[in-house]
Amino acid sequence: MATFKGFIIIIMSAVLVNNYVLQKFLGICPFLGVSKKLDQATGMSIAVIFVMILATAVTWPIQHYLLDAYSMGYMQTIVFILVIATLVQFVEIVLKKYIPGLYESLGVYLPLITTNCAVLGVTILNIDSSYTFWQSIMNAFGSGLGFFLAMVLFAGVRSRLESANPPEAFKGLPITLVSAAIVSVSFFGFAGLVENLFA
Amino acid sequence: MSGTVLGTIIIVVIGIICGVILTVASKVMAVKTDERIPKVRACLPGANCGACGFAGCDGYAKALVEDGVPANLCVPGGANVASQVSEILGVECGETVVSAAVLHCRGDIQATKAKMDYRGIESCKAAKLLFGGTGLCTFGCLGYGDCEKACSFGGVKVVDGLARIDMSLCTGCGSCAAACPNKLITVTPENVKVAVLCSNTEKGADTRKKCTNGCIGCKKCERECPAEAITVENNLAKIDYSKCTGCGHCAEVCVVKCIKPLDISAKKC
Repeated sequence: MATFKGFIIIIMSAVLVNNYVLQKFLGICPFLGVSKKLDQATGMSIAVIFVMILATAVTWPIQHYLLDAYSMGYMQTIVFILVIATLVQFVEIVLKKYIPGLYESLGVYLPLITTNCAVLGVTILNIDSSYTFWQSIMNAFGSGLGFFLAMVLFAGVRSRLESANPPEAFKGLPITLVSAAIVSVSFFGFAGLVENLFA
Repeated sequence: MSGTVLGTIIIVVIGIICGVILTVASKVMAVKTDERIPKVRACLPGANCGACGFAGCDGYAKALVEDGVPANLCVPGGANVASQVSEILGVECGETVVSAAVLHCRGDIQATKAKMDYRGIESCKAAKLLFGGTGLCTFGCLGYGDCEKACSFGGVKVVDGLARIDMSLCTGCGSCAAACPNKLITVTPENVKVAVLCSNTEKGADTRKKCTNGCIGCKKCERECPAEAITVENNLAKIDYSKCTGCGHCAEVCVVKCIKPLDISAKKC
């Protein structure tokens, strides 16, 4: 039961309190680049969830059984980038061959997130937080969900921006960044949520 | 063994393993695609206008190669693209008709007036929802440029509250026609030489009060047309193009000058 509670806390914390996009400011490029339309935002987020879980599942054993065993912790970043990039390429090839439908919908976004900072961030922060394997997987899933939430919320905000008429100097990216900041501030309302979740 | 050497060995070994996995995977799980698809795709204009009825140029290229759909469906590409595509695929190239978009309204800000001070969303569709439009004439061009936004070729510009179609840029794809909430734009083939540039079906006196360029249904064109191709229906002149000879006499006699000669064959194709 305690582990189950721990998983819930990790997921809630990754989705709401330590949201990767809105609180840690990782993965900002897809957040601003692909959030114009809701369907694209959804496709991108599902790809991110998928890759985050896979990347964690592969990098956690590498860190613990290879790098730590030879006290090579400083090689973490370069090895993780290499492994994640290969993994995503491999998954893309497999999907193209066996699940063309999923490839059509995810295919465009997969190469975009090969070494996305949010994906790399999740894998490295999992190690830094000294999570166990399953805790890491839960954290990756929660972080992906948090990314999904941020993308979908922001796609909604942006569709309202389309029909708004801001001053000339704010049109385009400036007003997008301002609204992203406001959405980010709103997430501070969740601070302290996790501490009292099972209180 | 020193840390540097061990680190180098680890990264090289991981790199080689990754490389081998990817190479093997790409060979074993290679998906055969018809090499003609990218070739055909390269011939298409790439505007993704949808005039062919498929989802973008990629979709049309795929349908051309795999399903054998006719090669002359690309409206922006015209005869040039149709012949290139049919050459690659080795099929007969059908007839292509040159056509261009024509706006059936001449209600610019000199001819008609706004009935309200509109501060809402800058879109014809939104403005149309408000009492049928922001101008006096509810049939005419709203002038917020939905057609301009829809055009992938930069061929439509709103000037003085009226959309203007640049014949040198128009490809006849019909994206603007689909975007207009008043259905003012028609894709017109090149054999059409004159057109009625008004869509108001109200009585002459009402039309006149709203727009000085509107068709008042005076029937002068109907009487004067040597080919008897024009009839006035619902207070609006209508040209029967199966009878029209393109002499242009109606354009000369029209009192409000809402019938205009067209020169669609001059457009770029």
